[in-house]
Amino acid sequence: MGEVIVITSGKGGVGKTTTTANLGTGLASLGKKVVLVDTDIGLRNLDVVMGLENRIVYDLLDVVEGRCRLKQALIKDKRLENLYLLPANQTRDKTAVSRQQMVDLMAQLREEYEFVLIDCPAGIEMGFKNAIAGAEKALVVTTPEVAAVRDADRIIGLLEAAEMEAPRLIINRLRPDMVRKGDMMDIEDMLEILAIDLIGVVPEDEYIVISTNRGEPAVLDKHSRAGQAYRNIARRLTGEEVPFLNWDAGNGIMARLRRLIGLG
Amino acid sequence: MLEFLLRIFGRDTTASKKVAKERLRLVLVHDRAGVSPHLLEALKNDLISVISEYLDIDTQGLEVTLSHENDSVALVANIPILRVKRTFKTGAETSVKA
Ligand SMILES: Nc1ncnc2c1ncn2[C@@H]1O[C@H](COP(=O)(O)OP(=O)(O)OP(=O)(O)O)[C@@H](O)[C@H]1O
Ligand SMILES: [Mg+2]
Repeated sequence: MGEVIVITSGKGGVGKTTTTANLGTGLASLGKKVVLVDTDIGLRNLDVVMGLENRIVYDLLDVVEGRCRLKQALIKDKRLENLYLLPANQTRDKTAVSRQQMVDLMAQLREEYEFVLIDCPAGIEMGFKNAIAGAEKALVVTTPEVAAVRDADRIIGLLEAAEMEAPRLIINRLRPDMVRKGDMMDIEDMLEILAIDLIGVVPEDEYIVISTNRGEPAVLDKHSRAGQAYRNIARRLTGEEVPFLNWDAGNGIMARLRRLIGLG
Repeated sequence: MLEFLLRIFGRDTTASKKVAKERLRLVLVHDRAGVSPHLLEALKNDLISVISEYLDIDTQGLEVTLSHENDSVALVANIPILRVKRTFKTGAETSVKA
């Protein structure tokens, strides 16, 4: 019996899809059997981030409405044997799928996969409610900005109300240089405000843009800093204790000076 | 230039992260109390109708807000009274002379 984990945020554009693609690919590279489910109905993206957009035949709605078998709709990843994607439907809207259909679908998927990762749409409406319906765990993604953290707080409240297991936080697009200058909230600030456990911090990394252009998740690239962060989170999801990367390479005056003259 | 140096050495007390954190703390007090502007408006209208049974109030000047003191929130209503009514209705609809 696998784990069903929803990746959610409240605010749009903070990195849910990027996170789902990278954690799924990361878990699969660790040898886990993984399926990614795109529930962003009408606005599917996960296929593109994974570079699988040309292989789609059937989608989630075809499965729940019985036009195809579940197996037929699952797209096998290009690179990894044990990684699959169930794409969202682009036609019709979020009301096309019901809560119960989602619960049944996840129950079916977890029979066969060790990890079912759900890419949740932005917002707190029906799409969100459907996406969390069949999940037992949640990861909340935020960026270090007031609006994103505020929405994360709202989502954490809603997850609690839905009696979900305590969610864990992913801070995305952190810029250590700005944090050092005091111009970006730091990890402690956000954890204190949200009162939630951290599962990982992903730095701002232009490699994310490059890898998204190519349709190859950054987690596969050894040189990407965001990729490294996602590899660590994937390992933490398997229950391994992985020390947190040290984003703040010293704050002493010497460290600051070294950075200033480009030695840091 | 001095400010630039102060920022490099992290002594700037008005760094924008502090502002962000403070704003966030306040907005979350609101959010978590579940008090929306819509709710405040409805509460205000109910207050007007209840209080109007006893007092003539300035409904235009009436203000209902949440105030934040340290980590707690209080409901603060500022209700200008125009006139105390001579007669008022009780729940049982008996008229009482004041
Ligand atoms: N760590 C990062 N560094 C740089 N760019 C990033 C990072 N994470 C995400 N992005 C970029 O931010 C944009 C939004 O990311 P993404 O699509 O994953 O967000 P989302 O939460 O799924 O959005 P939506 O709410 O629209 O579904 C993308 O262009 C992505 O490439
Ligand atoms: Mg998305």
